[in-house]
Amino acid sequence: MVIACGALAREILDIRDRNGWHHLALTCLPAQLHNRPERIPAAVEAAVMAARPHHGRIVIAYGDCGTGGQLEALCDRLGVTMIDAPHCYAFFEGSARFAAHDDEITAFYLTDFLVRQFDAFVWEPLGLDRHAELRDMYFGHYTKLVHLAQTDDPALDAQARECAARLGLAHERRGTGYGDLPRWLERA
Amino acid sequence: MNDEDDDLILADLPDDELVQQMFDDLYDGLRDEIEEAVHILLDRGWEPYNILTEALVGGMTIVGKDFRDGILFVPEVLLAANAMKGGMAILKPLLAETGAPRVGKMVIGTVKGDIHDIGKNLVSMMMEGAGFEVVDIGINNAVEKYLDALESEKPDILGMSALLTTTMPYMKVVIDTMAEKGIRDDYIVLVGGAPLNEEFGRAIGADAYCRDAAVAVETAKTFMARRHNSMATAV
Ligand code: B12
Repeated sequence: MVIACGALAREILDIRDRNGWHHLALTCLPAQLHNRPERIPAAVEAAVMAARPHHGRIVIAYGDCGTGGQLEALCDRLGVTMIDAPHCYAFFEGSARFAAHDDEITAFYLTDFLVRQFDAFVWEPLGLDRHAELRDMYFGHYTKLVHLAQTDDPALDAQARECAARLGLAHERRGTGYGDLPRWLERA
Repeated sequence: MNDEDDDLILADLPDDELVQQMFDDLYDGLRDEIEEAVHILLDRGWEPYNILTEALVGGMTIVGKDFRDGILFVPEVLLAANAMKGGMAILKPLLAETGAPRVGKMVIGTVKGDIHDIGKNLVSMMMEGAGFEVVDIGINNAVEKYLDALESEKPDILGMSALLTTTMPYMKVVIDTMAEKGIRDDYIVLVGGAPLNEEFGRAIGADAYCRDAAVAVETAKTFMARRHNSMATAV
């Protein structure tokens, strides 16, 4: 049984189907927690408690995601495995590869999920729909938007280019596939 | 907004109602209104320092609390901070002239690898509002930049901010380097940022972790008072 961030649902289902892992059950927590990471551990704990009576092995498809180690502490306490990475940008690109460019600090990353959900997860929560003047206070130090692309989808690429334009950033596409995720799922 | 609000004339309000209105306007991020109200209070003979602490810092404290409780999110905080900045820009030169109390001096910056600066900027502003002189060294600071600033600015306090799990350990690098150079205890080291907690602050050898800007101000004041007391006994 996989308990995952909603931002990984589509990817996990695709990996499952490609590998024929029909036994793999998935439940997702709202991806909105992304912007309130302090609430992630409690949500994960509740989901684990709810799943325990019905499922043998439970794994948590989350990175630290800004919980400052709290999610890891929780998983240790509950005896469940999570993804050993700071966030999904890192494990989609491959944690080692991501860490290798830790000097790329003026890049703003979007996964396929975030490109698709740009308005709901970036534009609106940051208030840019209501207050365009805030854009440069958020992104003034950034130079480029890097689309970490999980899939080859020209329509999505075009959307990513549009996101970059709206943020006033240059656009770069970096094909990553699913990175470390399939292997993690297989082992889990 | 209803008609009543539209017709509201700030200058017609008595002091207490005007300050209340400023709380509301800060909450709503209305920079022009805040600037106007600051001018009105100045014209009425208010001390710049009192406008700052009672109206601006008072209002911003409410915003900070509602952010912590999840009632407001980042854009509202940013807009409120902008409005406060407008008011502070008017008051700052006057504060310097009127010799407002100076509580201490702080150097603050975001650590290497981290660009998040909204929290740091808010802390800077609230510290200034509380009478601290603040030198903001910006984002993405390597240990050398912190050390240079400590040497040239000679602050009482060093503040470090991090919002990423990957950048927060860098705070320890800075503190360890300060220790190596034998200067760790010359400064009060405060750390903050959403993914940190008290345990982390202790583990890396900071003097305190502060959950938000209001706590940062209180903590800084407490440490400064302690510092003065220990200096007084040392003499
Ligand atoms: C706004 C935001 C952004 C903005 C930043 C704009 C800016 N100019 O700062 C944008 C959209 C650009 C952004 C970019 C990125 N972000 Co961001 N971001 C956030 C978000 C939503 C809010 C942070 C914030 O501004 N809070 C508002 C302020 C007021 O609160 P605060 O910072 O906590 O500060 C208060 C206290 O902590 C304290 N404090 C703070 N500093 C200090 C210092 C001292 C000395 C003291 C005493 C106190 C103190 O006082 C402050 C005021 O009360 C958080 C999620 C969250 N809710 O925390 C994610 C988050 C921090 N970001 C995250 C990530 C991953 C990134 C990116 C890598 C994402 C990407 N797509 O590329 C980049 C980072 C690039 C980089 N190298 O830094 C993750 C971190 C995950 C992790 N494992 O660490 C988070 C947790 C979101 C998530 N769940 O994925 N981000």
